[in-house]
Amino acid sequence: MTSEPAIQAPRKREYAGTDTTRRPWWRRALRWETGLVVVLMATLIFGTARSSDFLNTTTGFYIGLNMGEIAIMALPLTLIVITGEIDLSVASMLGLSGAVMGQLHSEGWPIGLAIVAALVVGALGGALNGFLVARLGLPSIAVTIGTLTLFRGLAEIILGARTITDFPTSLTNIGVVPVPGTQLSYSTVIFVVLAIIFGVVLHATGAGRAIVATGLAPEAAQFAGIRVNRIKFGLFVLSGVMCALAGILFTLKNASVSYDAGTGLELNVVAIVLFGGVSIFGGRGTVIGVVLSVIIFGTLQQVLTQMQVQPEVQNIIIGGLLLVSVILPNGAEAVRRLRARLRTGPHLARAPRSQRSARAVSSSDSSLTTEEKK
Amino acid sequence: MTTATSALGTRFARGGALLRAREVGIGVVLLLVFGVTTLHNHNFATASSVQQLLSGAALIAMLGVGETLVIVTRNVDLSVGSTVGLSAYIVGDLFKDHPGTPVILGFVVGIAVGAVIGAVNGFITAALRVPSLVVTLAMLYIIRGVDGLIVNGVIITASNVPNAFIAIGFRTIAGIPWLAIIAFAVVVIVGYAMRSFRSGRDLYAIGSNPEAAALAGVPVGRRVFTAFVISGSLAGLAGALFLALHAEVDVTGGTGYELLVVAAVVVGGVAIFGGSGTVVGAALGALLLNTINQALVASRVSAFWNEAIAGALLLLAIAFDRWLSLRVARGLRSAEGAHRDL
Amino acid sequence: MRLSEQPEGVGGAHGKPRLELGQAAKAFGAVQALVDGSITLFAGEAHALVGENGAGKSTLVKILAGVYQPDSGTLAIDGQPVVLSGPNAARDAGISIIYQEPTLFPDLTVAENIFMGRQPLRVGRRIDRPAMNRGAGEIFTRLGVALDPQRQARGLSVADQQIVEIAKALSSHANVLVMDEPTAALTTVEVERLFEVIRALRREGAAVLFISHRLEEVFAICQRVTIMRDGRFVRTAAVGDITVDEIIRSMVGRDLDKLFPKTQVAVGEVVLQVEQLSREGVLHDISFSVRRGEIVALAGLVGAGRSEVARAVFGIDRRSAGVVTVRGHVLPNGSPLASMAAGVALVPEDRRQQGLVMDLGIDRNVALASLARLSRFGLISPTRERDLAATWANRLQLKFGRLTNAVSTLSGGNQQKVVLSKWLARDPALLIIDEPTRGIDVGTKAEVHRILDGLVADGLAVLMISSELPEVLGMADRILVMREGRITAELSRAEASEDLVMRAATGQLKAAAA
Repeated sequence: MTSEPAIQAPRKREYAGTDTTRRPWWRRALRWETGLVVVLMATLIFGTARSSDFLNTTTGFYIGLNMGEIAIMALPLTLIVITGEIDLSVASMLGLSGAVMGQLHSEGWPIGLAIVAALVVGALGGALNGFLVARLGLPSIAVTIGTLTLFRGLAEIILGARTITDFPTSLTNIGVVPVPGTQLSYSTVIFVVLAIIFGVVLHATGAGRAIVATGLAPEAAQFAGIRVNRIKFGLFVLSGVMCALAGILFTLKNASVSYDAGTGLELNVVAIVLFGGVSIFGGRGTVIGVVLSVIIFGTLQQVLTQMQVQPEVQNIIIGGLLLVSVILPNGAEAVRRLRARLRTGPHLARAPRSQRSARAVSSSDSSLTTEEKK
Repeated sequence: MTTATSALGTRFARGGALLRAREVGIGVVLLLVFGVTTLHNHNFATASSVQQLLSGAALIAMLGVGETLVIVTRNVDLSVGSTVGLSAYIVGDLFKDHPGTPVILGFVVGIAVGAVIGAVNGFITAALRVPSLVVTLAMLYIIRGVDGLIVNGVIITASNVPNAFIAIGFRTIAGIPWLAIIAFAVVVIVGYAMRSFRSGRDLYAIGSNPEAAALAGVPVGRRVFTAFVISGSLAGLAGALFLALHAEVDVTGGTGYELLVVAAVVVGGVAIFGGSGTVVGAALGALLLNTINQALVASRVSAFWNEAIAGALLLLAIAFDRWLSLRVARGLRSAEGAHRDL
Repeated sequence: MRLSEQPEGVGGAHGKPRLELGQAAKAFGAVQALVDGSITLFAGEAHALVGENGAGKSTLVKILAGVYQPDSGTLAIDGQPVVLSGPNAARDAGISIIYQEPTLFPDLTVAENIFMGRQPLRVGRRIDRPAMNRGAGEIFTRLGVALDPQRQARGLSVADQQIVEIAKALSSHANVLVMDEPTAALTTVEVERLFEVIRALRREGAAVLFISHRLEEVFAICQRVTIMRDGRFVRTAAVGDITVDEIIRSMVGRDLDKLFPKTQVAVGEVVLQVEQLSREGVLHDISFSVRRGEIVALAGLVGAGRSEVARAVFGIDRRSAGVVTVRGHVLPNGSPLASMAAGVALVPEDRRQQGLVMDLGIDRNVALASLARLSRFGLISPTRERDLAATWANRLQLKFGRLTNAVSTLSGGNQQKVVLSKWLARDPALLIIDEPTRGIDVGTKAEVHRILDGLVADGLAVLMISSELPEVLGMADRILVMREGRITAELSRAEASEDLVMRAATGQLKAAAA
């Protein structure tokens, strides 16, 4: 073990501080999530105001039922966006896996095997995404637009114009009956369990730290021994499997599947993730935020539907919320930069990284950059 | 000393030649597809079939031009599909409620609707510094919602639209459909501007290195804003032409177009990260995708295969572009010394 | 690096100065970044500006660039008082900054890069491409370089990118060019070419402000030098009237006793054994060893393949042939994790992109290579993470505000300490360090050298890559000189000299090398 290096004549400046109390990431993260909690409270209050028995378990059941699959898809997408990529093929995989399960079952496969097959398809699809993005280095936005089309196309080849409705009632009951002992739908319970796992992994494990580092500085992560490509590949496979799971639940819940099942849902999922505070630039975001976002979206939708607000207006509200959710932090960021500039001195305020920017104009370690603090 | 580059690299090193190579490539593939399909099905090469190919691609080509402008600046516009739908409906509504409206006004209104949406997108992206993926995604929702409110279940049909207007959708001049001519004109005008005017080159600069562009005095915000306004206006124009082409529109008009456009643009050689690509390439990409679509139909491949093939093609195009740029980059590297990859 | 060039007399020093900045001051909130910044530039001279990080150089330059407005002080250009309201005003006044990181447009041609925003026009405000290309060609001729104006900027070497930047400055009629550490990533040949360009600029009557940490270059190309310290102007002198020691003393304010501390250490067993390491087209048959307690330096010109050796040994790059053995264990190909497990650590060349995650805090960065060790049952213990960082911050005398502050807020020297902490926390057997003190001020340089010396005394094996000959000669026990992917010479500490190393690096040494 190395010993202390011989202390030479100390530099003329003192240590600026040895305060090691844990502080900012708590505060910073909590700010966005606190905002979400406030919005959630507001939505609930709004809902209860409209109909006094809004806050009952039936509502909870239906919110969970409606949002369950979308919520499940949002979890792996959160991690993918944190690493700086995106997966737009989620809803198409939902459709494809449902199609696979339905087709195999209608050909006589036992439902259990059909489900397994659907999950395998999910893994394969995710592996395709992962291979193209992580191994070949292709831009994920373009790749997943391609696989979005491809998966949907495969579903169309499998099902053609048919709709399959023959599923065992014991399973399709998940669309009607809550998990015994609770008032929550099956998809909700599955989501909660997965969310806890994801949350722990992201925030409290080495893998989570590695994921964040991959999103913030992929090259530096590699140099620290983090296998960036393997992580991205794994996350895409994970996304594929979980979207397949969502597809299975979706199909069973509706007791039917056709090739266009879930078309367009990817935008909902992306909106929910972004609204949950996950930065599109990568490196930032929390699972709690996404969970809150899911609940808000679900509750809002429920309230508006009960108010018989047309789906069109609901769309406007969702779009508006999404916009606000990104405009606000930019405004906050601009203010923060200004304040920091005045406080800490000639440290260059960093311009926001351009979308998917490959490199920033880096203030190098020459004379023209960061001055010594104090 | 002149930096030593391979022969291939030197040829491609000249900025112009490199761009042209990609577009020529698409042209070649296009002709190949056309040729092979005609061998299988001679009807593919008839006048009416070719006219169909051109008209079918015209709208996406136009949208592709606008999208190229935006993508070149390292942004993306996902709201074009819903803009087309909204614009088509508003123009149709205009004709329905005011039957005497001159055809030209219909176009003006359509373009105006698109321009307004483009301005909103551009403002939020450029002035408020919000990533355009999110902005245009949100706008997609909002516009669909607004569209749904306006439509309110009422479908615009051919009886609502003046014949002169619908004529634009199928008329031809010297065998070439009006739609194709309009699209061609758009491509030529915008393409020329992108190449020969400072403001056009500014767009490439912004996408190639945003910080350097700002340092060089390029008015980044203004240019990005303008790119979105043009993209929106072209979407609005495409909306009016959508109405002319289909002679009817409901709440689903234009759905899904945004992904088609991005696909066409990528196939056409426009880099998703900005800085390179031409509107000619984008238009050719749109034409190629449409031709392949129709080729599958003509070859009596089941229609169910269309989407899957389109998806696979898109993936191939992306991979190919990447391979191509790696090859070229290797050829372009100066012989010795340190390289910090630009 | 010895360049055969007599410092010239100050050309055009008679008459009025081109630029005169007097007693400029600038504060940011409570921090007084510049107290008394003064500098006088004459047409036709190359003028060096030296000082430690924190001396105020960058603030002074930003004032010249129009990015900051001084709180007080005077600025005169060609004798006329001038107020620079912004970067555009500075550009109009003829001042141009050549940053260390060239800011070019990779997708556009060289000529377009030079004339972006100012392209020559013809009828109808359309760009006149032939004129643009011709204009670029003319500038290159004036500078005495040969670059193809119509080639794409992508793929240009750093040296060529710099030339394009200089051409950009000239095209906007700059007559004061500020160059920030321009030689940091250049080969000797390219440095010489740059110096020719600077001479050409001087002949044209431009003034060149040359900011560098490399004092030997200051003496090679500049006529006068201005030294700053603690935000103040200290002195200006003709290069012929001052010595290196005097410059350092003025920069640091005290005598730097030992820039290169070297304790006698008993060399132990072999830690790293490299046999016939090759990488297609890059490295050929590299064989060497490093033992406990010794510092082996890889010297050579930029582009010789030294960093590539480091990367291949560490596993970031795959090797096409050869065997790497660490403490008896053969390393699998292309696996940084395996190398780390065997006890190899790599402090990379590019601190900001490869060494640190700039947006993460000091604690997270220090922990980044030790994620597994800090976990219990898969969960990371925040306390252990924090303690690790605190321990190392203390040991290496890191200067910081809070451990959770992003490392982007630290100075270059302190950032390097964080990178070192990250690796030392793993208790490695072999430390590969690539450009240990690049971009770090003189004072912290000495600290880093002390740290390395101490580590080696404790039994660490160090493979050091450096482009700074004094550092190589001062720190290394053995020097391996590389050229074009091969080792051309191995010199012991005793027999090594600048001359020998440079000759081996440039291929002038006969095969009868030691």
